[in-house]
Amino acid sequence: MKNIIIFLFIFFSCFLFSQEVLLIISDKPNDDGSALLISWDTSQIVSSKITIDREIANGEFISITNSEELTGTFEDGSNINPGIKYEYRLTAFDNNGEIIQIYRTSGESSVQWFNKKKISLLIFAILITISIVYYIFSARSGKDLYIRKISGLESMDESVGRATEMGRPILFIPGTLDLDDMQTIAGLTILRRLAQKAAEYDAKLIVPVCRSMVLSTAKEIVKEAYMKAGRPDAYDPDSVFYLTDDQFGYVAGVDGIIVREKPAANFFLGAFYAESLILAETGFSSGAIQTAGTAMPSQLPFFVVACDYTLIGEELFAASAYLSKDPHQLGSLKGQDFGKAIFIVVLMIGIILEISGIHFLKDFLTLH
Amino acid sequence: MKRKIPLLITFTVGIILIISEFIPHKPFGQLSGELEIWFLIISGFAILLGQLSLFKVNILKIKYKQRDWQFYTITLISFIIMVTLGFLWGTGKSAGMLGHGEAISSMLGYKPFDYLFHNIYQHLQATMFSLLAFFIASAAYRAFIGRTVESNLLLASAVLVMLGNTTLGSLLTGWLPESLNFLHLPKVSEFIMTFPTTAGQRAIMIGAGLGIIGSSLRIILGIERSYLGGE
Amino acid sequence: MGKAKQIDRRWLFLLIFFGVAFPLIFTLGLPLETTKNVQMVYDLIDNMPKGSKALISFDYDPASMPELHPMAKAIVKHCFDKDINLIFTAMWPMGVQMADDIIYQLKDDYPDLEYGEDYVNLGFKAGGMITIQSMGKNFREVFPKDMNGNNIDELPIMEGINNFSNIGFVFSLSAGAPGIKEWVQIAHDAYGRPTSGGVTGVSAPAILPYVNEQQQLTGLLAGLKGAAEYEILLKAPGTAISGMDAQSAAHLIIIIFIIIGNVNYWRNKKAEKMGGK
Repeated sequence: MKNIIIFLFIFFSCFLFSQEVLLIISDKPNDDGSALLISWDTSQIVSSKITIDREIANGEFISITNSEELTGTFEDGSNINPGIKYEYRLTAFDNNGEIIQIYRTSGESSVQWFNKKKISLLIFAILITISIVYYIFSARSGKDLYIRKISGLESMDESVGRATEMGRPILFIPGTLDLDDMQTIAGLTILRRLAQKAAEYDAKLIVPVCRSMVLSTAKEIVKEAYMKAGRPDAYDPDSVFYLTDDQFGYVAGVDGIIVREKPAANFFLGAFYAESLILAETGFSSGAIQTAGTAMPSQLPFFVVACDYTLIGEELFAASAYLSKDPHQLGSLKGQDFGKAIFIVVLMIGIILEISGIHFLKDFLTLH
Repeated sequence: MKRKIPLLITFTVGIILIISEFIPHKPFGQLSGELEIWFLIISGFAILLGQLSLFKVNILKIKYKQRDWQFYTITLISFIIMVTLGFLWGTGKSAGMLGHGEAISSMLGYKPFDYLFHNIYQHLQATMFSLLAFFIASAAYRAFIGRTVESNLLLASAVLVMLGNTTLGSLLTGWLPESLNFLHLPKVSEFIMTFPTTAGQRAIMIGAGLGIIGSSLRIILGIERSYLGGE
Repeated sequence: MGKAKQIDRRWLFLLIFFGVAFPLIFTLGLPLETTKNVQMVYDLIDNMPKGSKALISFDYDPASMPELHPMAKAIVKHCFDKDINLIFTAMWPMGVQMADDIIYQLKDDYPDLEYGEDYVNLGFKAGGMITIQSMGKNFREVFPKDMNGNNIDELPIMEGINNFSNIGFVFSLSAGAPGIKEWVQIAHDAYGRPTSGGVTGVSAPAILPYVNEQQQLTGLLAGLKGAAEYEILLKAPGTAISGMDAQSAAHLIIIIFIIIGNVNYWRNKKAEKMGGK
């Protein structure tokens, strides 16, 4: 008799457990504790639809999600705070909309101090930073650093001289993006040197800009450059002026300036989009010597085709170091090159591993 | 001191933002988003500076009747008209000072600002963009000359991609058997765009990315100070 | 042998003008074959169950309309034909008007469309990547109201949409940043939703690598050609197909002038050599 009872107990227990609905609430990893991961598995019961609710104050429930899938996951990011236990309720319905089962569980989110998915990014960032800092200190100690010739930057003096001889102005365009873009800052760095040269050679400088913040910075840079060259009297505050934020309105304005003023030298240094070819071709048709530089890969071919000199990608960012010949800045260029060497090695290893069917490096480098 | 404070701010904010990229814990995880919003707010105010510069430069040219002063007058008149119309009757679903201007809208089909936007501005924008068609032709005619090995490669790939992207490419090689399908011009064009072009662009992006890291570090560490207007 | 003169570029401009204008006025109907990437996009939408919801993001402005507007119209048309409900949004300010214009163009073909049931326009939201990430966490917090000020809780189409889970696929019409890259990184990589898109021709090489084994992008419509191919698959000829005739003519003229330029160059080189001797 005892054995029969035990057998029946085990039999019915199995039956009950096999019907259990699985709802797991877990913390979303690598976040600030503002989300919980909800996973459900109702494959053991025949449910047509499930709804998941979360308990709020006063014992009420708010709907979080619903699904017709038997298994799934959902990220609940609505008003979740870390360290607080949240009650969830899963309700499973059959085809007729009748409730088959209600399952309750709870979960708590926590805050992480480090995003483990970005560990590869951290390692590369540290390696590159160390190499840049190392070479900066190395340059400081007097070590001679070789930097290859960049024609576009070497030709700046020639361009300014040409403009002075011909009595025509120099046009400088610092790109069409705002001051938060590094290409704009790189362009403005070159503007400083160019403005100084223009002041020394007594050449007129025209700098139409597309953004108001760039206007303020460019004015300040040009003014300081003229003062440093000892020609504060020659500085014209209206040489740096604002046209419009609109992309093609700006292009139309600059094209008009090129056609009217016929500058002898054009400099397009910064971030550009579709307007790059329009600017470069109009400048070419006016007979100017043109130097362009951008890190936008889709616009580089247009500049290469239409301009005399082009700074490709990193050459634009190297300009300030190259022109100043400051050892600290040259050291940082060497550090960048070391970073490039690391990338090449990792690429080679990655290609070999992928071909061999080993994916750990690709998984390690994937951020999401 | 005039230089030291901005450098200190740049250094502190730069280091905190780099660190916050790896720390999801509040407030670090939200810093970058917050600062982007701050930048948008500041640049919103800075727009006024731009408008004042625009006015000043154009008014001086009109005042001294410099060459083509009539065109600068048109610039200012256009600017004033658009601002006034937007101010008075608003744009889209936003009301202006005089409401939504139902009477004018029913006459024009749009609010006055939107009418000028759709019927003048959009067409002007499309016109400027369409100049690319002409300029690409003249640039290609000038640049695609087979002088050296590299320029021959450039010329060949340009012609293959252009043909492959048109119906002519399909017509020229459509007769090829299945075994030689890889020589079909649209497929050749797709291959050139997907592999060598993308590889080249990716290499430039990696180099540019490293350049940005180097420039940014120089600015954060105070080695590069041109953006402040001096050495 | 005399030196060959460079052709004045104004002749080239004139020929391009006629070469582009003629096919637009008199449709030539040149044949075009479809490619794998476009077929993938078509299959994604064609295989969606009836009643699914899709998110279409209009991340472009009027400057990119010639390339992206025809593909937008074709995609939206296909979705309506398959009874897929559409949620429009925009990461670019003028994208909202682009979406409105598409509905305006299609309203005669689909007179029974109900706003709020078959489609909804949530409007523009600044922030790019951050906005998309927030949509993935809590959609309703990012868009409490639609573009017209209606509470999204009251819109039938938005029922059950709390993040990307109940969205069948995400489609981004992108002319730059923020755009398709951000959608891929969040909607697909973080939330596993099928993602596809259309880009301008010049951006295509940078986006093509996302069409890969991991299906970060399920196909891609690249430029006017991509739009034309889609119109062919949909059997709904539109502005893209007529535009392709113009594009083909323009490319042909450019190729002819490149050949002329090369012939002139070599003739001049030969003349110089002979002159030197």
